[in-house]
Amino acid sequence: MEYLIILIGAVFVNNIVLSQFLGICPFLGVSNKVSTSVGMSGAVLFVMTIATTVTYLLHQYVLVPMGLDYLRTITFILVIAALVQMVEIMLKKVSPPLYQALGVFLPLITTNCAVLGVAILALGLEDGNLLKAVFFAISSSAGFALALIVFASIREFLELADIPEGMKGVPINLLVAGLLSLAFLGFAGLV
Amino acid sequence: MAETLDQKQNFLKGIIKENPVFVMLLGMCPTLGVTSSAFNGLGMGVATLFVLLMSNIVVSLIKSQVPSKVRIPAFIVIIASFVTVVEMVLEAYIPFLYEQLGIFIPLIVVNCLILGRAEAFASKNNLTSSVVDALGMGMGFVIALTALGATREILGNGSIFEFRFVSEDANTFILFILPPGAFIALAYLAIAFNRLTRKLA
Repeated sequence: MEYLIILIGAVFVNNIVLSQFLGICPFLGVSNKVSTSVGMSGAVLFVMTIATTVTYLLHQYVLVPMGLDYLRTITFILVIAALVQMVEIMLKKVSPPLYQALGVFLPLITTNCAVLGVAILALGLEDGNLLKAVFFAISSSAGFALALIVFASIREFLELADIPEGMKGVPINLLVAGLLSLAFLGFAGLV
Repeated sequence: MAETLDQKQNFLKGIIKENPVFVMLLGMCPTLGVTSSAFNGLGMGVATLFVLLMSNIVVSLIKSQVPSKVRIPAFIVIIASFVTVVEMVLEAYIPFLYEQLGIFIPLIVVNCLILGRAEAFASKNNLTSSVVDALGMGMGFVIALTALGATREILGNGSIFEFRFVSEDANTFILFILPPGAFIALAYLAIAFNRLTRKLA
């Protein structure tokens, strides 16, 4: 039951993109085609799960016992940057087809604030443990995927629409994101 | 003379022609996430300005010592150190703002504006230009965040910097305080900004 609440909370109620504003850069940047947004979502799922596992263990067993809690930000960002590099190298070796699919998105993920954001948010879960933190990371990336893919499908339609000159480009995308976020507001109070 | 004129251009480009928020779309997460009031926007803007200025100074000073292969991790460590400083100072002296900004303070590290300026400008230019560039870009960011925060606070709460100008029970657009309002307000501000700069040019 607890896990169901985490899942619904992370995907619908507190969607990381549309209500927490994490990962807006890839959300606006790589969402012009559905196929690229699927690739990006896959890469985020992969990195976010591994990063949260590692940072959670590091925080619990190294930083807190040694009283180095204030170094959290520096440690986490370094771990994430190193992890992304490592995942890239390993994927290239172990699974070339997966690397083909996700490769171009991996370097972008270091500066994706959703990864660092979820790693930090996972520390604050109610009576949290490692399993919950990892499950939270998976749910959050599912929420990211949902928002990104829905947004990309809408944008594919927008290409054919007749839009006023001043609204083209950034403004219309932001408005669409706003309406999407409004729709997700309907889930408020579900959990 | 040419030198001073250059610096003025360098400063102004961050505010108008290459405004980080309205034109370049950098650092969108804090832009949308914390601007539910003018004060929060200003606070976030100033915190980012500080980190940007310090990281530009350090990066520009050590640029010849850092091998180019490890420059990105080196920049990230520099930025993360200053973010930690900001985090601790805010927690100690302005706990109210620390609570309000929450997770977005550690997330200054991944603000693409800061890493972007370190990589694209400070690692190639001298100290003075880097300081001016950081001040210009930082001010552009502060102005954009404060404007967005003020717009949302006026429409959503009928106040500006906590100063109310409508009665307590007046109807306001609560929507603009909520998450969707951030996207919608920024969309219209971006249109207004583009029109304004086109007229100036």
